[in-house]
Amino acid sequence: MAVYWGAACGGCCVSVLDVHEKLFDVVANADLVFWPIALDIKYADVEAMEDKFIDITLFNGAVRNSENEHMAKVLRQKSKLLVAYGSCAHMGGIPGLANFSTKEEILKQVYLKNITTENEDATLPNVSYEVEEGTLTLPKFYNDVRTLDQTVVVDYYMPGCPPQTERLLEVFMAIVSGNELPPKGSVIGAYDKGQCDECTRKKTDNKHIKEFKRPFEIEDDGETCFLEQGVICLGPATRGGCGHRCIEGNAPCRGCYGPPPDVSDPGAKMMSAVATMIDANEPEEIERITNQIVDPAGTFYRFSLPGSILRRKVKESLQ
Amino acid sequence: MDFEPTIVSFLCNWCSYTGADLAGTSRMKYAHNIRIIRVMCSGRIDPIFVLESFKDGADGVLICGCHPGDCHYHEGNYKCLRRYHLLKKYIAQMGIDPGRLHLEWISASEGKQFAELADSFTETVRGLGPCHVKEIIENFA
Ligand code: SF4
Ligand code: SF4
Ligand code: FES
Repeated sequence: MAVYWGAACGGCCVSVLDVHEKLFDVVANADLVFWPIALDIKYADVEAMEDKFIDITLFNGAVRNSENEHMAKVLRQKSKLLVAYGSCAHMGGIPGLANFSTKEEILKQVYLKNITTENEDATLPNVSYEVEEGTLTLPKFYNDVRTLDQTVVVDYYMPGCPPQTERLLEVFMAIVSGNELPPKGSVIGAYDKGQCDECTRKKTDNKHIKEFKRPFEIEDDGETCFLEQGVICLGPATRGGCGHRCIEGNAPCRGCYGPPPDVSDPGAKMMSAVATMIDANEPEEIERITNQIVDPAGTFYRFSLPGSILRRKVKESLQ
Repeated sequence: MDFEPTIVSFLCNWCSYTGADLAGTSRMKYAHNIRIIRVMCSGRIDPIFVLESFKDGADGVLICGCHPGDCHYHEGNYKCLRRYHLLKKYIAQMGIDPGRLHLEWISASEGKQFAELADSFTETVRGLGPCHVKEIIENFA
């Protein structure tokens, strides 16, 4: 087995570590042959492996630079099963929010404009740089953040930011037990039902929203559906399987488990659902209420921008 | 060369499609840029339809339904109106000019209004120039 990170925060690797003592069950059934967070194995070692040498690779993180892309391709070639592990590999995740900006905008902001940056020579990262000792190289930073399956063929998707460790163990045990696996391309380690189906908060079928509120603006009673209190909760457009981590902690769902089956674009599904709850029929009133949703794109596509229909903001220079 | 916009238009079966049909049977001329898709009710227009249209190369999207109070499914057009306002806000954030998405109520007898709307919206979109969503997705890297 291998675990690798692309453009990721490290949380997915930690979720694998979170199997705790169950790690013994894992290593009893599989050799870990590559896992940068835990083992010192070099890229060259992986490149030297035979094709399909690795039974299963959990690839977490999005693809945002040439190093991520290279390793996605290498691991695809070396693995029997490639799993997009976590929201970023699945749909782009939080790093995917960079698709609201262009490469130029990001580099300018980070290296030139930040008030805490001192960069008198206006140096920007170079992919290669000559020094006395030879050539130094850096991965190429791409304009667009991509999901794993926009880069290589993916066998399974395991959603979550990060995936719930119990789900990982279930999936792992199912694979090593030799049980029949779901068809390629399936989402695994999550339920077919949505968050709302199992949410224990009190809810009615007809939700009427006159005012959208940010979570800090309500006095949550701990019982009533967030949407019915005017707080946007992505439950209606999100798969179950996380154990209602956020809702149990009295925070609305942000959608990290991705869309339920047969929904291609989670944000569009959520926009469709939330708009119909707006309790107004007059255009001006609808607009007033809609304007209370401060950042629709960021709210409805928090974890899924690159994997959504539009994938990124249209470049200014083109529009 | 003159830019000829492609406009995808979703019309509800009961009023707006009949209105467009009337424009046709009355032999009114209107912009050929409009590609009509008939849906049962404007409330059936999922935001996904609109986004997919832009993805597949539409320069503008026109939505038409029955006038308020006239929807054959009671409040489908109100649902449509609410989605429309939210969608406009969303596409603006995505760098798509919100003027590329337009909603208008057209009744079964408003053939003339439909023909005029087709012309005026085509001119609006022509003025906005080509929409680059398709190109961006094709060159996504
Ligand atoms: S919208 Fe959120 S709080 Fe309401 S039922 Fe669904 S998951 Fe629960
Ligand atoms: S409640 Fe929603 S955002 Fe929170 S972990 Fe579950 S799916 Fe993710
Ligand atoms: S039937 Fe025309 S809008 Fe509903």
